[in-house]
Amino acid sequence: MEREALQAAVCELDAAVSPLDANADRAAVVVEASALPAIVRRLRDEPQFAFAQLLDHVAVDWIDRGQFELIYQLYSFKHKHFLSVSVFVPRDDPRVPTLCRVHPVAEWQEREVYDLFGVLYDDHPDLRRLFLEDDWVGFPLRKDYQDDFMLDRPR
Amino acid sequence: MTVEVSSLKELVEQASGDDRSPDTQEYFVNMGPQHPSTHGVLRLVLKLDGERVLRCIPVLGYIHRSIEKISEHMNYMNCVHLTDRMDYLSSIMNNWAVSKAVEEAAGIEVNSRIQYIRTIFAELERIQSHQLWWGVLGMDLGAFTPFLYGIRDREVLNDVMEETVGARLTMNYVLPGGLMADIHPNFVHRVKEFIKYFRPKLDEYDDLLTNNVIIQERLRNVGILSPQTAVQYGATGPVLRGSGVAFDLRKDHPYGVYDQADFEVPVGTIGDSWDRYWVRVEEMRQSLNIVEQLLDNIPPGDFLVKKLNSKIKIPEGRYYSQLETARGVLGVFIASDKKDEPYRLHYRSPNFNNLWCLEPMIKGDYIASLIGAMSSLDLVIPDIDR
Repeated sequence: MEREALQAAVCELDAAVSPLDANADRAAVVVEASALPAIVRRLRDEPQFAFAQLLDHVAVDWIDRGQFELIYQLYSFKHKHFLSVSVFVPRDDPRVPTLCRVHPVAEWQEREVYDLFGVLYDDHPDLRRLFLEDDWVGFPLRKDYQDDFMLDRPR
Repeated sequence: MTVEVSSLKELVEQASGDDRSPDTQEYFVNMGPQHPSTHGVLRLVLKLDGERVLRCIPVLGYIHRSIEKISEHMNYMNCVHLTDRMDYLSSIMNNWAVSKAVEEAAGIEVNSRIQYIRTIFAELERIQSHQLWWGVLGMDLGAFTPFLYGIRDREVLNDVMEETVGARLTMNYVLPGGLMADIHPNFVHRVKEFIKYFRPKLDEYDDLLTNNVIIQERLRNVGILSPQTAVQYGATGPVLRGSGVAFDLRKDHPYGVYDQADFEVPVGTIGDSWDRYWVRVEEMRQSLNIVEQLLDNIPPGDFLVKKLNSKIKIPEGRYYSQLETARGVLGVFIASDKKDEPYRLHYRSPNFNNLWCLEPMIKGDYIASLIGAMSSLDLVIPDIDR
């Protein structure tokens, strides 16, 4: 499917899905956090989409808007198309349902995002730090992260 | 809906609590982080019953260098140099991935000479990466000779590349908008000599390892990864192709000049360690074919389309780009806020996702098979930790 057609078709799935104008090279949609697992499951199972693999999971800290953007990159081997699914969650209460039951690899991709951004995944079977020690304080990839070892930026 | 954050200690205590059997005792063994066959500082916490592996919990972060955070304070030209340090055996492909993302986002068109040279170098690097993997696989299984053979041939290729690039490991050759330097006048000639040298050596590899009954016994029907599991656990590259899924970005979403080369994508059948072994050996042959076809057609032109300028600015938005390294799909995500530095830069590294296939592959099998199966994944730990 072409990019625009795919984006339109995905948006027709549910009222919780809306298009995202992202000037990315692929179709992009925004999904409400509560509807995320159901939508991704349908995207995986319905034959016209067949998004079998969760390629990547990224978080972006939009500190000016007070939001985290969680981006899921999906790929379909059958149709050879990509889709980027974004979820916006508030910075002061970052909670989103886990995708572990739909795509098992999400377990570790979500652990990475928890480790570096502090996003909490509801019903995650094993939410732990991935790279940093268990007793690390703070979430380093947040834009307002500070610790004693950080240097001032050279100007 | 509940969120509980636990720790490794709690997880291990929890997992050891269910030992009620009177005739066996389950126990934990730390494999690594300095174990020679983990190829770096990967630590595996293994739950064992005798020699059987019941659980395999990878513990990461021993060489986490926060490349993504550092990149937020660097311009795009500087970001490229850090990628050499991720998967150090695919450094040119890593450079290319970032350059490709920046070029696509900033709208920089590169000429076909640059694309040809990039493609040829990427394939040469794929060969040298697989050569090292082949030697190390032999050593992991207890045979020392293959390592010497692999390194011997890799040296020949490294010398050829060093003449142009000037470095042997962190090559740092591809930039947004072109290349660091033009190819050396001897390059085409020496690559041709290398192809002539290496083709018979591949048959020697087959004599030494591929057709060796011990290797076959150690690899066949060990670490079976079904195509469904491989897809669900995020595998790409030779690991996914070994399981029988013919997904190769070079074929399915061509970049560079791969659409002008005629090559096949080797695919395994049942997804055991043997299939992953065979796929990589076959990939070396295919890479030689690609290089051979492109080598005589390098068009004239500049090696840099744009004057070196560190102030590349990318329009606001989210960008995603990917290419196929020696280990799988390397994705580059850029979120830009119109500055010359990325607002957020993320690497989807192939090894990070391939690693999680280890537990489903090896559950219930012997600890000795784990070594062979892990070697067939071809992990590079700095790429997992970033």
